[in-house]
Amino acid sequence: MAGTDPIHQFVIYDLFPIHIGDEAAGTALNLSFTNSALFMVVTVVVLTGFMVLSASRASLVPSRFQLAGELLYTFVANMLRSSAGKEGMKFFPFVFSLFGFVLVANLLGMFPYFFTVTSHIIVTAALAVMVMAVVILYGFFRHGFKFLKLFVPAGVPAYVLPIVVPIEIISFLSRPISLSVRLFGNILAGHITLKVFSGFVVSLGALGALGWMGAVLPLIMTVAISALELLVAVVQAYVFAVLTSMYLNDAVHPSH
Amino acid sequence: MVVEAAKMIGAGIATLGMAGAALGVSNIFANFLSGALRNPSAAPSQTGNLIFGMAMTEALGIFSFLVALILLFVA
Repeated sequence: MAGTDPIHQFVIYDLFPIHIGDEAAGTALNLSFTNSALFMVVTVVVLTGFMVLSASRASLVPSRFQLAGELLYTFVANMLRSSAGKEGMKFFPFVFSLFGFVLVANLLGMFPYFFTVTSHIIVTAALAVMVMAVVILYGFFRHGFKFLKLFVPAGVPAYVLPIVVPIEIISFLSRPISLSVRLFGNILAGHITLKVFSGFVVSLGALGALGWMGAVLPLIMTVAISALELLVAVVQAYVFAVLTSMYLNDAVHPSH
Repeated sequence: MVVEAAKMIGAGIATLGMAGAALGVSNIFANFLSGALRNPSAAPSQTGNLIFGMAMTEALGIFSFLVALILLFVA
């Protein structure tokens, strides 16, 4: 049963151990190249290679490969422009990189035996904290203390403000949490479900010939859930990018 | 041993939160369908909002599943 337990797929192990400092005393800094780091490198290589190759022989009438790169570009550009306006377009490289990284990382996780980078809360939390740091830093840099007008919605009478402003602040602070947990929870839940149903196939298959016929049912469920997981991978990347664009809109135009 | 049993019971209760999320997601799609059948030419322009709204509500169901997982495997 140990081989089919659904949590084993998320274990991070060192591929190239790199420990700096006093290992015997247990205070060494662990900078090992892990399987998670390997798949992050693969994600970046795949995404960069795709975009570079699609633009390599650029012609006015695009080939199919160039068309795919252009479709991805215009999709993210339209989404960012409609959420954050003309001034928000200066964040386009940031949003495109986020969208591309999350999309390719989620899709790579769908292959058997590949590690899913975004199934760890530390990865998605790092991405979400980066987004909120950009929002807050750019908001203060661009608007000074008028950025805090974000927490005072327009048209609210003054006696209600002591209730509304703390609620707005709390909802702003909950943004990185919900952003990271949404992506993490969706990918984690999907992969655990996939592994559980695959485990059922193995468990039923061990029961002999009759078990093989019964094992077709969890196999069908596994195929269906894989399809759902592919949809979730793409949709969650899109939702992450759309929410990032909306939060950047709050930084660029800080009144409600 | 009681802690183990309590964790299992807590994880089971935590999954009840998905009922609300399921109702919410079906609400989104039901309203989209009723609107799309009244005004079919405007439907394709709203599919972006549809997918986005579904992802927002589904996130809350995933949060409750996450609580169940935390109870089982972390705490």
